[in-house]
Amino acid sequence: MAAALEVRGIVKRYGALVANAGVDLVVERGEIHGIMGENGAGKSTLMNILYGVTQPDAGEIRLGGALVRLRSPLDAIRNGLGMVHQAFRLFDSLSVWENIVFGREPVRGWVVDGRTARAAVAELAERFSLSVNVDARVGDLSVGVRQRVEILKALYREARILILDEPTAVLTPREADALADVMRALVADGRSILFVTHKLREVLDVTDRITVMRHGAVSARLETARTSEQEVVRAMVGRAVSLDIQRPDVATGDVVLEVDHLSVKMEHGHSAVSDAGLTVHAGEIVGIAGVAGNGQSELIEAIAGLRRHAGGTIRLRGTEIGGLSVGARRRLGVAYIPEDRATVGTAGRASASENLILGFQRRREFQRWGHLLHERVLGWAQRLIVRYDVRIRDAQTPVDTLSGGNLQKVVVARELEHQAALIIAEQPTRGVDIGAIEFIHRKLLEERARGRAILLVSAELSEILALSDRILVIYEGRIVANLPSREASEERIGSLLAGGSGDAPPVEAGPLRAPSPAPSLSDAKLRDP
Amino acid sequence: MSNLFSVILLQATLQAMTPILLASLAGVLCARVGVFNMALEGQMLVGAFFAVVGSYYGGSALAGVAAALVAVLVFTLPLALGTTWLRGDNISICIALNLLASGLTSFLLRIVFGVSGTFSDPAILPIVKLRWLWLRNIPVAGILTWAQTPITFLSWALIGVVWFLLFRTPIGLRLRGVGERPDAAQALGVDVSRYRIVTVLGSSLLLGLAGAQLSLGTVSVFSEDMTAGRGWIALVAVMLARSDPLWAAAACLLFGFTDAIGLRLQSIGLPNQLTDITPYVITLIVIVLNSGRSSIRLRMR
Repeated sequence: MAAALEVRGIVKRYGALVANAGVDLVVERGEIHGIMGENGAGKSTLMNILYGVTQPDAGEIRLGGALVRLRSPLDAIRNGLGMVHQAFRLFDSLSVWENIVFGREPVRGWVVDGRTARAAVAELAERFSLSVNVDARVGDLSVGVRQRVEILKALYREARILILDEPTAVLTPREADALADVMRALVADGRSILFVTHKLREVLDVTDRITVMRHGAVSARLETARTSEQEVVRAMVGRAVSLDIQRPDVATGDVVLEVDHLSVKMEHGHSAVSDAGLTVHAGEIVGIAGVAGNGQSELIEAIAGLRRHAGGTIRLRGTEIGGLSVGARRRLGVAYIPEDRATVGTAGRASASENLILGFQRRREFQRWGHLLHERVLGWAQRLIVRYDVRIRDAQTPVDTLSGGNLQKVVVARELEHQAALIIAEQPTRGVDIGAIEFIHRKLLEERARGRAILLVSAELSEILALSDRILVIYEGRIVANLPSREASEERIGSLLAGGSGDAPPVEAGPLRAPSPAPSLSDAKLRDP
Repeated sequence: MSNLFSVILLQATLQAMTPILLASLAGVLCARVGVFNMALEGQMLVGAFFAVVGSYYGGSALAGVAAALVAVLVFTLPLALGTTWLRGDNISICIALNLLASGLTSFLLRIVFGVSGTFSDPAILPIVKLRWLWLRNIPVAGILTWAQTPITFLSWALIGVVWFLLFRTPIGLRLRGVGERPDAAQALGVDVSRYRIVTVLGSSLLLGLAGAQLSLGTVSVFSEDMTAGRGWIALVAVMLARSDPLWAAAACLLFGFTDAIGLRLQSIGLPNQLTDITPYVITLIVIVLNSGRSSIRLRMR
């Protein structure tokens, strides 16, 4: 019997860039097939070709043995392909069932037959245990449920092959587990799944086979049962990557950042941060661990100057900066790598060189009489692009063309070259590939060795543990623990993250709450390699 | 006396409401499909002018209405095609259309009728007012429906029709989807451009009716810029109602009332310049009160 999907010799060029250089891929019926590769390896291009979004320059696609041409997503849908994008394409104001039947509504006379539609959706949801309330407004749903709606949309259109593009990037661990169950139910029904992901552990857990891409070509085809993390990583990166970080001892210097009794109030008056205190010394990385939404973003924004604080002091090398503007703080020596690189960290339509001087454009070396010295700016940008290994056509290319990892390198380059005493790194490696993670970690450690003070926030506990000299745990807006990294373990921090006591009495802790039964938060963010 | 006063006021309210209501229903449809139609004012003005032309030369009010419908449809083509196939900027197109409508009607007034300012002539046949005797005896309905034009009755029916279309039919579902997330609608095989073109052109017919009502409904006259901001008021109604046809109708009732009360106040001696601002003052008050619960808030991030 012919394979569900068979792709031969797909080539796609964008100008000089070869995004796909003769890709072959075979997906059998009833199989979960993992697609791995670093950012820019050509996965997205391949998926877009399979879904009819872009047309290949060469190559053929067969579905169940029959040659097809997919000229549009609609073509792909008609041929039994379904895709769940990372950014959902749902109508927030419409109900779940309306979203699902949209464009293929059952009708009774002139009217949309809501009863039939609801029943059809409920039946599908039941069959694949995708529990949703069919009448809920999509705008009110959590990310995990929205994703189920997207999957149901594809199933309602009778998708036999489902492409899931980084589906777990937006999910909580429990939702990710539920998704894995759904995927198994779908393949048990004879469908096939193309599972695109960065996360090694997931791909090894749920897939049957893995195709690894590198530089636009397939670098390995692996049987999941007979492979290992190392083998996958080597195929992805082209060399062995060690994410075990050597953190050499650095003598810590003076206090650089000193925050006392800081509180931040939200629009509705509730406290996002209460009575937080922390210090960061020169040559030290202080990590803030916390489950998203516990006040770490607000704390960082208050220090960076993006958010007003309600009380307390923020001192940089002894100078109170709490009342200063963002620009003034930056001039005094605060660098900030924001969580949201695309909207806060960069100006998408501006070029790489413009982005790389953003915030320093008034410096003597870049301007004279208020107009930019183009040559110097370009020269500076080109040096940083080389030093930080940003894969970009040239310094004048707008940065919104860059992949996540490369865009992050632009932000990191600009902020680290700032020569600031304090570096705030907020989720510096979120959504970037393994090679870029390794690079950014190395850079942060180099800055530490140069005697800079680094405040690191991450949702990845493994990242916090690997990089930090000291670890603060934030829970419900309070810093509930302050541990030297040698006293920290995943178990202990995990318990603290969920509001537990961390077994040992934490140092400098605020009032602790009774351990809440928040489930499995300790393994929450430990899924990544 | 006070009873008579209130009855007349109510009738005047309903009369004043008709063009605004039709325009705002058109605005609702356009907004739902993702085209912010700021050209309502110009569309209505073109309708008013050609209704007079049609009635004068065609010898019947019906000819006037037909001329208004055709003229507005043609006039709306740049908006329908410009915002879709030609990928033009919606706001620029609407501003251009409003300026064009004002200039074009003044110009044609001179060319066609040889007058400037205002044109009235016994040969302009007005739209008949329905005086249904069988309704006369029903207390409230009889009074409210007395001496209204068929267009007014139609406009009331259209509130329901637009609501039904938007919220009960497959077309309405797709239309709302196109307005909210065109990319998602397109991906599901709904032709965004086609929906927009058909909706914008279809809704322009309502503005043809609105214009005809304005120039042939109460008086048989065309004067330059006689729409006098009604299209903008209708747009405000669309925004206040967040593109819900029922709320838009309610807002139009309010605006019709302020219009009518302005006329009342003139009759007791207030200068008309003062009473003319009433709808705008009320609009401002409503907007300010409304913005308190608006979801759009300025935040630092």
